[in-house]
Amino acid sequence: MNNVWRDTWLTFERQMRLSLRNPIWVALGLIQPLMYLALFGPLLKPVVANTPGLPPGDEWQVFAPGLLVQLGLFGAAFVGFGLVAEYRAGVIERQRVSPASRVSLLAGRVLRDVVVIVVQTLLLLAAAVPFGLRAPIAGVLLSLLIVAGLGAAFASLSYGCALLLKSEDALAPLLNGLAMPLLLLSGILLPMSLAPGWLRRLSDVNPLKHTVDATRSFFTGDLTSSAALWGSLATIGLVAVSLWFGARTFRRESA
Amino acid sequence: MIHARALSRTFTTRTGPVEAVRGVDLDVERGEIVGFLGPNGAGKTTTLRMLTTLLTPTSGQATVAGHDLIRDPIGVRRNIGYVAQGGVTLPEAIAGEECVDQARLYGLGKSAAAARGKELFDQLDLGGLWERKCSSLSGGQRRRLDIVIGLMHSPGLVFLDEPTTGLDPQSRANLWNHIGGLRDELGSTVFITTHYLDEADHLCDRLLVIDHGQIVASGTKEELKAGVGGDAVIVTLADPARTPDASGVMATLPGADEPVVGDGQITVHVPEGGGLLPRLLRELDAKGVELAGVEVRRPTLDDVFLSLTGRSLRDEPAA
Ligand SMILES: Nc1ncnc2c1ncn2[C@@H]1O[C@H](COP(=O)(O)OP(=O)(O)O)[C@@H](O)[C@H]1O
Ligand SMILES: [Mg+2]
Repeated sequence: MNNVWRDTWLTFERQMRLSLRNPIWVALGLIQPLMYLALFGPLLKPVVANTPGLPPGDEWQVFAPGLLVQLGLFGAAFVGFGLVAEYRAGVIERQRVSPASRVSLLAGRVLRDVVVIVVQTLLLLAAAVPFGLRAPIAGVLLSLLIVAGLGAAFASLSYGCALLLKSEDALAPLLNGLAMPLLLLSGILLPMSLAPGWLRRLSDVNPLKHTVDATRSFFTGDLTSSAALWGSLATIGLVAVSLWFGARTFRRESA
Repeated sequence: MIHARALSRTFTTRTGPVEAVRGVDLDVERGEIVGFLGPNGAGKTTTLRMLTTLLTPTSGQATVAGHDLIRDPIGVRRNIGYVAQGGVTLPEAIAGEECVDQARLYGLGKSAAAARGKELFDQLDLGGLWERKCSSLSGGQRRRLDIVIGLMHSPGLVFLDEPTTGLDPQSRANLWNHIGGLRDELGSTVFITTHYLDEADHLCDRLLVIDHGQIVASGTKEELKAGVGGDAVIVTLADPARTPDASGVMATLPGADEPVVGDGQITVHVPEGGGLLPRLLRELDAKGVELAGVEVRRPTLDDVFLSLTGRSLRDEPAA
């Protein structure tokens, strides 16, 4: 029997090697959140100071969690394009005709994306400290777990869709159409507690909104609030559904 | 090595179902090089993708390399090599790493895989290219690299889908030698699809001809050609005015079909062209018909295809 763990590791190793050979993409993925940090973050101090209805915490404890979630979403949502390129080159079929576990072919890729996102997150957090970010270490670690989970979920969704569609032209509108509303309805820039009722109800069905709320709670050091609990559960649910979808797609005989 | 019965695959598309493969039976024995010949769209790739577990048959069954296609796909995958029509390498990857990565999915260790890869590089004239980026290789080199990747785990059965399409004549001839060597030196069984007649003629012990998803003929080259109605005898007259006399003589040859006149030539098909030539020349001479030339042409695989389907393979656009 082929070993699922070994096959996952082999796939991870290969994908990581290919990524490291072209680290420019890892750097590019960081530029957007860094620009938000430098060019948008400073605007928030007076807003946070003068706005009632905000969750507890200073402006960086409100804002940095949003950037982290954004990184988890956008760092992973578009990895499917790489898979389409691999498919077109014949690499996916070549791997699928080997005895390797097909779920491992997905898991190894997702693992690479998660590692890249965690490294990007650490760099972003380090960059936010000089701007004034202060947060308890336990909360930051839990938030890292959340971001890793988001990365795994969206990478798996993205790969699954890519393998079903096998075309950039079909994938681009689908992924953009999913990622943008998920992002806007998650309250990453400003908390959804400021939103009018209809918008807040709409955002309530978005798991990312709860993830952001949980991360904000972690950043203020409140690890056991109901926001922390619901957000963690929403993230776990999202990860489970996404991995199931990705694995099912990769296992299908004729995907 | 391959035993398939009533293998079929229907694709559902927006414009309705496409019956790509319709009830294919085929048998390939150990050590054979079998050609799967047919025009573009005939269903060759679809059949291969079914036999290599990449596509589930709509119906039918098959044993490949001793394992049942449906019940034991992993057993099949372990024992076959597959070189896809469109290539298998990532342009930005390193040639040697592609080989090692693939071999490790079959359980080979890193250094064993590298040793095996380098040995195959030497065998397929890729020496010195181990560290090269795949995108920097020539078309012929990249195709040989594809084959190396398919051979890393020493499969007993190798599927090659249109291995020489898009290559220049020299690279094609070179690749034919290597494919012949797979069987002669490595002892592999080779199942190769092609829409090139010369390739099928040159490489294969036995041919299966597929058209519109169905096998329309199978046998050795000689068997297939013998089924076409014999050799063409082509006569060019010194004086075209004598055409009726010459046609009359040619039509009386034993087993001859209706002579066809065109391009200043008269063509007739007979079972054994070479043996009848002295008699033909004698009779034409007796009538005082002077010849500018005479030619006996053995049937080609194109004649085979033409007689089976009413179409010529040569008219097919390459793709
Ligand atoms: N994935 C697919 N979806 C729909 N139709 C397909 C698909 N793959 C192949 N076909 C159709 O099946 C037929 C046979 O194709 P193929 O097996 O690739 O032929 P060949 O390899 O002999 O050129 C063609 O008409 C082709 O358009
Ligand atoms: Mg084909």
